[in-house]
Amino acid sequence: MKIEDKKRVLREMVLHRRFEERCYQAYIERKIGGFLHLYPGQEACCNGVMEAARPGHDYVITGYRDHVHAIKCGADPKEVMAELYGKETGSSKGRGGSMHIFDAAHRFMGGYALVGGPFPLAAGIAKAIQLKGGDEIAICFLGDAANNQGVFHETMNMAALWKLPVLFVCENNLYGIGTSIERSTAVVHQHKRVAAYNIPADECDGQDIDIVYEHARKAVEHVRAGNGPFFLELMTYRYRGHSMSDARGYRSREEEETWKQRDPILMLRDRLITAGAMTMADYEALEKETDAYIENDVIKFSEESPEPRVEDLEKYVFADRETQLPWLTGKAA
Amino acid sequence: MANIMYWEAIQRAHDEEMARDPLVICMGEDIGVAGGTYKATKGLYEKYGPLRVMDTPISEGGFTGLAIGASFLGVRPIVEIMSVNFAWLAMDQMFNSAAKVRYMSGGQLTAPCVFRSAGGAAHQLGAQHSARMEKVFMGIAGLRVVTPSNPKQAYGLLKSAIRSDDPVFINEHELMYNMKGEVPDGEYFHPLEGSDIARAGTDVTLFGYNISVHWCLKAAEILDKQYGISAEVVDLYSLSPLDREGIRKSVSKTHRVVIAEEDEAPVGVGSEVIAIINEECFFELDAAPVRVHSALVPQPYNHTLEKAAIPDHEDVVKAVLKLFGRG
Repeated sequence: MKIEDKKRVLREMVLHRRFEERCYQAYIERKIGGFLHLYPGQEACCNGVMEAARPGHDYVITGYRDHVHAIKCGADPKEVMAELYGKETGSSKGRGGSMHIFDAAHRFMGGYALVGGPFPLAAGIAKAIQLKGGDEIAICFLGDAANNQGVFHETMNMAALWKLPVLFVCENNLYGIGTSIERSTAVVHQHKRVAAYNIPADECDGQDIDIVYEHARKAVEHVRAGNGPFFLELMTYRYRGHSMSDARGYRSREEEETWKQRDPILMLRDRLITAGAMTMADYEALEKETDAYIENDVIKFSEESPEPRVEDLEKYVFADRETQLPWLTGKAA
Repeated sequence: MANIMYWEAIQRAHDEEMARDPLVICMGEDIGVAGGTYKATKGLYEKYGPLRVMDTPISEGGFTGLAIGASFLGVRPIVEIMSVNFAWLAMDQMFNSAAKVRYMSGGQLTAPCVFRSAGGAAHQLGAQHSARMEKVFMGIAGLRVVTPSNPKQAYGLLKSAIRSDDPVFINEHELMYNMKGEVPDGEYFHPLEGSDIARAGTDVTLFGYNISVHWCLKAAEILDKQYGISAEVVDLYSLSPLDREGIRKSVSKTHRVVIAEEDEAPVGVGSEVIAIINEECFFELDAAPVRVHSALVPQPYNHTLEKAAIPDHEDVVKAVLKLFGRG
C-alpha cells in the first residue's frame, strides 16, 4: 500500500473503532436493542482484505458482526447507526437491526445471523457472477466457528467443483461465542481444513494490516483470474465479548492484554509516525475529528430520524403487489 | 389443448422459461445427465448445458443456499429437492435466507427462487420418504406455497413462480407425475393466489389440494350418484396465502364443509381453513366442519398399515354422510 492509502486506511480504521465503541455506549443507554456484536480488535482483517479488493464492485457478505464490513463497502455510517436505532432512515429501514445491515447499492449483500449461513449464499453470488460473466468476485467474511457447520463443507465442495469466483475470509478470533477453538474444533488451523476440497489456502497475522493486505492481494488475484475459490485465514482477536451480554469469563485478562499489545490501529499509527508520514498530534486530532463526526453527524442523524410507520409493518414481506399482478392473478400480458 | 403428463407439463415450463431467459437455471440431485428422478427436467441438460442445468452433490442445505445467493443477483433458479423429506435439510436457507431477506434488508434484496419438491406417501417408502410437509411451509412469512393438482396447474404455477419476484415453494406429489391432463397449447400463467372450483355443487364443500382434490372429486361423484348429495370441490392450489374469499364464497353457498388433506391433522391445512371459516363466515355454517386427514404416525412401511394411515375418497364420502346424519 502507498503511504497515502495507509493514511486513509488509518482514518477509516479509527472511524470503525470509534463507531463501534459509540455503539457500545448507545447500547448501554438503551438506544439500541437486540443483540450487538462489536468488531474492535479485528479492523485490519476487513480493511486489509478490502484494500486488496474493490469495495462497491466486489460482492461482500458476512455474519452478524457486520457494521464495519458494510461501512468499508461504502455504506454511510449514518445509515448504519440509524439502523441500530431502528429508524426508517437506517440501511435496512429499521427492519433488520445490527445483525442485518444491507447496502445493495454498494454490493454489501448483508449480515446474516445463522452461523455459517452466508457460505452457500456467497457461493451463489459467485455462481451468478460466473453466469453473467463479470470480473467481480464474491467475498465471504466469517469467523472460525462457522467452519464447524455442515454448510461449510457443502459449500467448499461446490465452490471447488464449479470453480466459483469466491474468496472465503476466515477471521479466526479464537472463540466461537464463549468456547475456545481448542475446545470446539479438532483441527485448530482453519486453512488446513479446505485442503480436503483442493481449495488453495493461506494463513497470516490478522492484526498487521500490511501483512493482511499482501496476503489478501494474492488471494484476490487468484480468484479474480478465474482460478476458483481461495480460503484466507487471518489470526485475530475481538476485544469485547461475543455480544453485549458476554462477561468473557472463559478467557483471562492477561490474554486480552497480550493481544492489545498488537493493536491493528496503533501498529499502523506507529508505523506512519516512524515513517514521518504523521505525528502523534495528527493522530490525536484525527481521533477528535472522528468523535466529533460520530457525535454531530452519525448520532444526531440517528436520534433525529423518524421511526418506521406502524402502517408499514407488512411492507417488504413480499414484492410490491402491483408489480406482481400478472403472476398473482394469472392475467399476464 | 395437449393431453400430457404432470411431469411433462413441469418439463415444458422449465424449457420455455429457460429458452426465454438465460438467467433461468435449474439445479438439484440427478436432474441433469440422469434427466431427473421424475423426469421433470428431461432433455434440459443436453439443451442448456451444465452451467444452467446443474447436477448437484447431495447437499440440500448447500445447494439451496447457493441458489438463493445467485437469485440476489437476478438469477432465477429452479431448485428441485428430490423428496420433500430432504427439505428439512434446506429449510434453514429457505426460511432464514430466502423468505426473510427482502424484509430484513428493507426491500433491497429479494430471492426470486423456485423450490420444487415431491411430497406425499407413495408405495411403502417408509417413514423418511413419505412425509407431507405443506404445514411446515405454509406458515412462513415471505414464502409463497402452491401445490398443483393437475398438469395444467403444474405447468402454469411453475411458469408464474419463475416470473414472480418472491420465493415460491411448489409442493408436488410422488404419485402424480404420470397423471395426464389437458394443458393449453399456448403460454399459460396460473395465478399464484386464489383457488379453483374443480366441481360446482350446492350441498357441501369439499376442500382439497394436490392429491386430495382427486379424492374429493371421486367422492363427489359417489355422493351425487349414490346419495343425491351435490358436493362442490374447491382446489386450494395456493396454500400460502390461502384464499379467504374463495373459502368464504363456497361455504356461504353450501353451509357444510369437509377438508381433505394427506397431511396429519394437527397444525395443518384443515385447521387453517376452519380458522378462516370462523373468522370470515362462521354463521353460514349448518354443521361443524370435518377434517379428513392422515393418522399422526411416522409413515409405516407395511402395506396394510400404510393404507390405514392415509385417507382416500371413501373417507371423504364417510365424512360427508356423517355431516348429513346419514353415516
